[in-house]
Amino acid sequence: MAPATTLEAPPEGAVAPPGAIRKRRKPQLAGWAYAAPTALFVLIFFIVPILLVGQMSISDWGLFAGNRGINAPENFTKVIDDRLFWPAVWFTLKYTVVTTVILLGLALGLAMLVQEASRWTGFLRTSFLVPSALGLASASLLFYALYSPQSTPLKFLGIDSFLGTPSAALWSTVALIVWRFAGFYMLLLLVGLQGISGDVYEAARLDGAGRWQTFRYVTLPLLRSSIALCTILCVTGSMLAFDQFYILTKGGPDNSTITIVQLVYNMAFFGQNNLGKAAALSILVLVALLVVNVLQFRGLRDKES
Amino acid sequence: MSWIKTPQHVLAGGLALIFLFPLAWAAVASVSPQGGTAQTDGWGFGNYVTLANYQAGIGQYLINSIVVSTLTVAVTLGVSLLGGYAFAMFTFPGRNALFLVTLAILMVPYATLLIPLYVLLNQLGLQNSLIGLSLVLAMFQLPFAVFMMRISFEAIPAELREAALIDGCGSFRALRHILVPAVKPGLITVGLFAFLAAWNDFITPLVLISDSDKAPLPLAVANMRQQVMGIVDFGATEAGVVVLALPCVLLFLALQRHYVRGFMSGALKG
Repeated sequence: MAPATTLEAPPEGAVAPPGAIRKRRKPQLAGWAYAAPTALFVLIFFIVPILLVGQMSISDWGLFAGNRGINAPENFTKVIDDRLFWPAVWFTLKYTVVTTVILLGLALGLAMLVQEASRWTGFLRTSFLVPSALGLASASLLFYALYSPQSTPLKFLGIDSFLGTPSAALWSTVALIVWRFAGFYMLLLLVGLQGISGDVYEAARLDGAGRWQTFRYVTLPLLRSSIALCTILCVTGSMLAFDQFYILTKGGPDNSTITIVQLVYNMAFFGQNNLGKAAALSILVLVALLVVNVLQFRGLRDKES
Repeated sequence: MSWIKTPQHVLAGGLALIFLFPLAWAAVASVSPQGGTAQTDGWGFGNYVTLANYQAGIGQYLINSIVVSTLTVAVTLGVSLLGGYAFAMFTFPGRNALFLVTLAILMVPYATLLIPLYVLLNQLGLQNSLIGLSLVLAMFQLPFAVFMMRISFEAIPAELREAALIDGCGSFRALRHILVPAVKPGLITVGLFAFLAAWNDFITPLVLISDSDKAPLPLAVANMRQQVMGIVDFGATEAGVVVLALPCVLLFLALQRHYVRGFMSGALKG
């Protein structure tokens, strides 16, 4: 982030004007006054909840019963022993890998297709982007109707059931997510593509590089930071998937599509009513997310050097 | 070169149709005749009538959504305008720490925050309330909003900023009369994204709102599917999707430029 030019030390500061002392104090106070609402919000709705979730994770804390004292580390052992824990971890990882690979591959293809500016590509960009305007829940409801045997217009595809078997449910959800997010990632990659100067392509052409070689040795390396941003966003989003599975599959069939965040929700509000256990699992999710993102950042930095 | 492009055109056009198809289908299906819905023969708005009469009535859910969206946008704009101004134009102790902590909200999953917020809002007397819901949604918007407003203020030419403050204007008058007009594009982007997030959010009201009359629209339409003895009225669901999607698509088409801007300055939340 660029360091902010501040008004605390005006350029004429060397020849201190009469009001300098007063002026130097005031910006600090004023600065705090303007930042106060942000600070208050962050404190009440972010810092306090983070501390509270830590306390809840080591307490016997029921949804209705409330806090019944410390019981560490019972919540964590109960979470790991939960019969749905490992299946949910495995499914979430599988879903994350599948979604990220397909989504970024397609988004890159779309970005290359609409790279040049013209009326036609303008229309294409808008078409690919419109689904990104919908909320994820709205998109999931739309596909819920699209996939139902009663109302589906997709009978010609010859698919018996879009959500009936575990693998059908996974792929149907991936299709929904690809539809909803491909335009969004296309746009991010397009920004990267447009940052590549035409001279580089010209040089590649003069060196006799073919289209594939240009793509592989010029475009991809220069696009690395955009691809990295997309990967981090996509992995994070997929690891925390909830809406699409809650609406489309409800975790079924046979609990085969339960994600980690769904498990958090179920532990807290659905059946078990155990906020302590849900807090413990949500802390594990937070830690996993931090570790994955640190690893991604480090991997990308190593490649860069 | 152009003859090479013909298959590419066909491919791209086909893809565009595939992307547009689900939305077009939902709009058409919601008014077309279909067994098991309110619209069994002939075309018409029977499904919308079902939707209008569902439980508290779609009017109530629309009002809930509008209240939550308006409050979220207002709070997000107010807090991030002042916060962005503070971070960009003043130095004060704790400035960098506060900015980093605000951005750190992004690193924490919604679920991890919603579990304690459910308890905390109970203690604050904001449980099951649209105000509590709006404040939480505004908090989720803060990292993007404060970041966006900070870079908007920093992009103002230094001469204008200094002139505004040195001219004997107090810093608040400088903000109101000179600087707010200069950061208007940033405000529109922040407002647009806050609106879309509040209008579309699902998991936050699912956790924080237990009274079905207070459900915002996405939650109400999702709940509607589980009604009527397990038989789902897909016509009403399609109509609900159209009502949910229409404002978003219209806003998108009208403000595409701001969308792109928002996406580019570090798009959030996959």
